[in-house]
Amino acid sequence: MEITSTLFTAKAIYVGIIFAITLGVAAYSTYFERIIAAFMQDRVGPDRAGPFGILQPLADAVKMFMKEDFIPANSNKWLFIAGPCLSMLTALMTSAVVPFGDQLDLGDGIILDLQGIDVNIGILWVFGIVSLGVYGVLIGGWASNNKYSLIGAIRAASQNISYELAMGLSIIAILMLSGSLSTKSIVETQQNGHWNILYQPLGFVIFLVCAFAECNRTPFDLPECETELIGGYHTEYSSMKLGFYLFSEYINMFISGAVMATLYFGGYDYLFNDYVAQISWLGEYAYNVSALLGLVVLIVKALIFVFIFMWVRWTLPRFRYDQLMGLGWTGLIPLAMFNVVLTGASMLFTVNDGGSNWMTVGASWAGVIIMLVVTFAYSEMKYKKKKLATA
Amino acid sequence: MKLSNKSKVLEQEEMTFAERIYLPAIVGGMATTLKHFFSKKVTIRYPEQKRYLGPVFRGHHILKRDEEGAERCTACGLCAVACPAEAISMVAEERKKGEENLYREEKYASVYEINMLRCIFCGLCEEACPKQAIYLQHDKMVPVFEDRSEVIFGKDKLVEKMDNRYLREGWK
Ligand code: SF4
Ligand code: SF4
Repeated sequence: MEITSTLFTAKAIYVGIIFAITLGVAAYSTYFERIIAAFMQDRVGPDRAGPFGILQPLADAVKMFMKEDFIPANSNKWLFIAGPCLSMLTALMTSAVVPFGDQLDLGDGIILDLQGIDVNIGILWVFGIVSLGVYGVLIGGWASNNKYSLIGAIRAASQNISYELAMGLSIIAILMLSGSLSTKSIVETQQNGHWNILYQPLGFVIFLVCAFAECNRTPFDLPECETELIGGYHTEYSSMKLGFYLFSEYINMFISGAVMATLYFGGYDYLFNDYVAQISWLGEYAYNVSALLGLVVLIVKALIFVFIFMWVRWTLPRFRYDQLMGLGWTGLIPLAMFNVVLTGASMLFTVNDGGSNWMTVGASWAGVIIMLVVTFAYSEMKYKKKKLATA
Repeated sequence: MKLSNKSKVLEQEEMTFAERIYLPAIVGGMATTLKHFFSKKVTIRYPEQKRYLGPVFRGHHILKRDEEGAERCTACGLCAVACPAEAISMVAEERKKGEENLYREEKYASVYEINMLRCIFCGLCEEACPKQAIYLQHDKMVPVFEDRSEVIFGKDKLVEKMDNRYLREGWK
């Protein structure tokens, strides 16, 4: 009884902390988005609210709350409210299965997993929630009773569905390597520098591109492209409902950064964790220190991904819609299928060879290079033929 | 019809393999933005930092005094006539005995007002003045006003202060 209640409290505190970190990161993402945009355009960005403008998110939030909360007359009132709530909810739910760290030893034999819930279908959970997330956008766009919103919502739905396929296929290769759907065991197979990025270079690129599309970020931000659709699905939204939509986008960015770090960059693994866990002067706390350091490392990895999201946003123009669909269906899905075959082949290779991991790494990179060369040769041939035909 | 031989006919070639897989171009673009990320920022943080606007900038008006400190303006009204925005108005007065050190000419402006909401900073008053009395300072802007009662600038704001004399570049 005693142990369960302590564990429960500890878990509640942990969940609260992760919640706070997620929201805090999302709030400050809005600030850093603007700072990064400014820096990349040789400007300085917001620097008036507080020192270096660090109170800017606060000012933005106050502004959002002060605005009139407007509901259009012909909209579907309840769905109109449900849209942003659903977006926010699904954005926050994904982090439950991300293992933010190893275990903490709280004494008295109480071990706290630094993970919301360790379900054995962790990755499926992520996928389920992410595909639920499109409902927030879809409902909001539909309920607004505005054609721009509706077009934005339709775009969001079709885009998310198309890219989820390629995303799922790129995950399959990971599952083949780890042999488990649980995010925890995926991380555990990557400990000590065996990061999946070494085995899955192609899979990672596919997953990254799909993550951009799933988060509706540039260059795939067609659901909300300002130049064509005013604001896309959130055209009719104002005040904190709009705030929720924007906020959930930033939460999604952070969480998908964390998921990518979990799947491809070893999760909470860092180079010296065994060493830290054995530092003598830390005594019995050494293991806990190492676990907490892992937590920090995972968050840093996720933040690096958030930076990449922003970096890409302020570099690339938006795709055209047919290009987006073409890339998804004729580019990424075949590539992801190839990646599955390649992974299988490289694993087979290793098994026959006696199981050196470096063979798997070599095989997967060689496979990617061979694929590039073959496609290059093929396209050169096709290109030459075309030239001859026109001449 | 070709007007010059400078125009170049562009032939849209089929995209090469590297162009079609997007990634090389994306990496190149990201390198460019990253370079700018670390480059020197061009922003001037305005109220604290000010840019030099050049010797011909037309800013806050000033009614000059001569070397002895007497006001140069003789209330001839030429500036008011020249002003396209009809921003200037004045009241003339005859100089009394003993005021020679205050006013250079025998007639002077006892009231001289510029409506800064009307003024368009064209500088025609400066050009019209035969006495080199009114100038638009190149280094001082009209301060922000928040109320309509503040927009008419009288002599108290326009006449040159003896301890802060206005010198334009090239003047001795
Ligand atoms: S600057 Fe032009 S508009 Fe202003 S007071 Fe002089 S003449 Fe009139
Ligand atoms: S400022 Fe010059 S032009 Fe205007 S009234 Fe005085 S002397 Fe005449």
